Amino acid sequence: MSEPVNVLIVGVGGQGVIMVSKALAWLAQSRGLEVKQSEVHGMAKRGGSVFSHVRFGEQVWSPTIPRGEADILVALEWAEGLRWLPFLKPEAGIFICDTKRIVPPFACLNRRPGATMRYSRETPAEVKAHVAEGYAIDATQMAEELGNERAANVVLLGALSTALDFPGEDWEKAVTEFVPKKTVAVNLEAFRRGRAWIEEARLLAPTAEAPAALAPVAKPAPAYAPRLEIVREWCKSCDICVKLCPERCLRLDAERIVELADPAKCTGCRLCEWLCPDFAIRVHLEPARAQEATA
Amino acid sequence: MPTAPEALEPTRHQAKNVRPLTGNEAIARGAWEAGVKVAAAYPGTPSTEILESLARYPAEDLHAQWSTNEKVALDVAIGASFAGKRALAAMKHVGLNVAADAFMSQAYIGSNGGLVIAVADDPGIHSSQNEQDTRIYGQFATVPVLEPSDAQEALDFTRLAFDLSERFDTIAIVRTTTRLAHTRSPVALGARQEAPARGFNESPAKNVMIPAHARLRHVAVLERERKLKEYFETAPINRVELGSDRAFGIVTAGTCYPYVREVLPGASVLKLGASWPLPEGLLARFCESVERVFVVEELEPVIERELRALGFKAEGKLYFPRVGEFSPEIVRAGFEKAGVLAPRPQRGAWTPEPLVRPPVLCAGCPHTSSFMAVRASGARVAGDIGCYTLACLDPLRGLDTTVSMGSSIGNAIGMSKAGDTKPVMATIGDSTFLHAGIPGLIDAVYNNANITVLLLDNHITAMTGGQDHPGTGKTLRGDPAPRVDYEALVKAIGVKWVRTVDSYDLAAMYQTLREAIAHRGVSVIISNRPCVLDPVKIKGPALSVVNEQCNACQSCMNLGCPALTWDDNMFEGRHKVKIDQSLCIGCTLCAQVCTIDCIKPTHALGAVAQ
Repeated sequence: MSEPVNVLIVGVGGQGVIMVSKALAWLAQSRGLEVKQSEVHGMAKRGGSVFSHVRFGEQVWSPTIPRGEADILVALEWAEGLRWLPFLKPEAGIFICDTKRIVPPFACLNRRPGATMRYSRETPAEVKAHVAEGYAIDATQMAEELGNERAANVVLLGALSTALDFPGEDWEKAVTEFVPKKTVAVNLEAFRRGRAWIEEARLLAPTAEAPAALAPVAKPAPAYAPRLEIVREWCKSCDICVKLCPERCLRLDAERIVELADPAKCTGCRLCEWLCPDFAIRVHLEPARAQEATA
Repeated sequence: MPTAPEALEPTRHQAKNVRPLTGNEAIARGAWEAGVKVAAAYPGTPSTEILESLARYPAEDLHAQWSTNEKVALDVAIGASFAGKRALAAMKHVGLNVAADAFMSQAYIGSNGGLVIAVADDPGIHSSQNEQDTRIYGQFATVPVLEPSDAQEALDFTRLAFDLSERFDTIAIVRTTTRLAHTRSPVALGARQEAPARGFNESPAKNVMIPAHARLRHVAVLERERKLKEYFETAPINRVELGSDRAFGIVTAGTCYPYVREVLPGASVLKLGASWPLPEGLLARFCESVERVFVVEELEPVIERELRALGFKAEGKLYFPRVGEFSPEIVRAGFEKAGVLAPRPQRGAWTPEPLVRPPVLCAGCPHTSSFMAVRASGARVAGDIGCYTLACLDPLRGLDTTVSMGSSIGNAIGMSKAGDTKPVMATIGDSTFLHAGIPGLIDAVYNNANITVLLLDNHITAMTGGQDHPGTGKTLRGDPAPRVDYEALVKAIGVKWVRTVDSYDLAAMYQTLREAIAHRGVSVIISNRPCVLDPVKIKGPALSVVNEQCNACQSCMNLGCPALTWDDNMFEGRHKVKIDQSLCIGCTLCAQVCTIDCIKPTHALGAVAQ
């Protein structure tokens, strides 16, 4: 008995991961294969990471794909694609990934001057070097050109279709079945674009990448050290700064005057300075080196 | 040696009417085919879709309803069973705790019309507060627990559960897990069979659990267990699949079975369709036919303990973990550790550091502003269960505890009575308040607790995907229903201080919170704004940051709104902020907290925007 085909489809809540996997599962089942499609979507609506395992063949046991056993990994978002790379077959897996980046709020929480975004830094070229066959496709851009950004998932379905053995017209039937009725035309066009893009990319080279480079531009990090200047006479103990300090490093002292309780946590974000109704706080950002020299 | 794989017909690929269904959809289908007349549930991941699916079958066939909580849902189902009709209650594992009082008594009473509880466990805690094992409840109450391993079995076993319930005069549990509940696999569909009509069984000795009756029923329950064990000795849902190799055999059940088959396709397996009660003869014959016995079961060693009690040296939790969800990898690792499988060479897969992407409150979520105000109030906050539990994470960090549905108010009473030096607050969603919050609030008034209750009314059961409840004005089938008037309810309980505030008005929210905290005794604030996702997706005109003016103070980033992200431009070494136009719904919270007023409606900025 032949091994089942394993396709892992991943992305972020709201991108249409489940729709793509349902279309694929429907198609495989219509070809008389046993299909299992497994997802966990408790947190899907809340911007969390979403994944769907699709397995089909003569007989399928586990609903989930074991690590290192995915034949194809389709990612609707760049960092999510990287997250699931260990599930791809190292020697033969195909990686199809949208270069779209959805940056979670969590990645932008550091207020220190010079802080960088906590988002995956790997470039398509690096990823390409580590997979058997890799495609970084700007599907979101292609969908936007068609006038519907939300069709990006169907562009990727088009790209996926070239890697599997089902006839093109069956794929288009699956697309028609699963997209909202009003958007059938644009989604069929999106499907064809994705299919054409990857066929072209295959002709050009065994692996391809989107023309737009992804590497986040590294900014020179200016080194500042924050210092708080508090005018005690002007503080009226309203404690607005204490309650709204994002790092929670301020407090009222025994005389109910604001003080910096935890200097190590202070990022010098100036929020207290901006919020103080009585101008009692000034934040000075001093060059870190100068401070070291005087210390 | 009974081998009976043919007993449940191999319908799946050959049959004409085959459809891909999730485990939840298959349970609903099975209940409908079995002629269920009344079904009730309170939503809870991963069980929610069972009742949602049942509500898509004709109203003439069955009554399906959302109940205020799992206990009420089970009581409704029990009532229908008393009336002689087939009835289903569906819930997540922790829901059975809520329903446990009714469940344990009804275990004595048994059933008249078939009475089935579908319980979905959550190994791996994908969306719960614990990973308790429902099979132990079956053992505790001495009722049968059927464990399907795929969607076809979910349908078949649900039908069977109704038959067993009537035949053995018992509640029957169909236990699934998150994996099965949310996996689609092919299912052969059947027709609905109306169950034969039974009237009300007028037998107080069976139906009224006073001590004199209950003592006799306990004896009947033990006799029932004996009969069930006898039935499961030869029942086709417990099947032996002998391989050529008898060096070891595996006892497994439910969702673990496909993992075992994935890893060891040819091994000798005893696949139990019912994980309680366990047929001793069948277990003994299987254990004696192989040299080593392994038990592969998620969570608690229920089967393993039983085998050991029977005197067999079963190996289970030594190799397979007691925590978390199983996978083919984990099952394989267990058999490698046990020396059954040769260790696979580690393949050098490239593993980039994964991005941290925790779930977040949606852009424009009314809970965001509520918790901005809560964190600024400096209160000790007892939280509850719902989307707003996410407010415990950065950057909101607005709640201190979360225990179980409705716990917040009772916890707050205790904290306040214990003399917490901070003002004490309970935060609870509308659906959770109706579920289990009201008794807590009555208790707070009765005992004159000095607490503030923030009722986060977003007009829906949001966490589970937007289900109606008694406060939404609609039933499960979408029919109009009376709406609970929270202010009137709270006043009737005896709360003297109650205010309703627009969640999006941060200043009013904060001011009201201060006044509520200053009030001595119980104060209630109703924070009122609909969920942005359900029942309708809300999308207003988006806002933009005037980039030249932004001072990168990141005050707005305190909201944790997913529409806000860093711009490439910097100020004093910090990133300025930009707003994702497709995600922003125009709630204006960021504009309200902006320290220099540089966030404006995009349409007002015209060409200057962004």
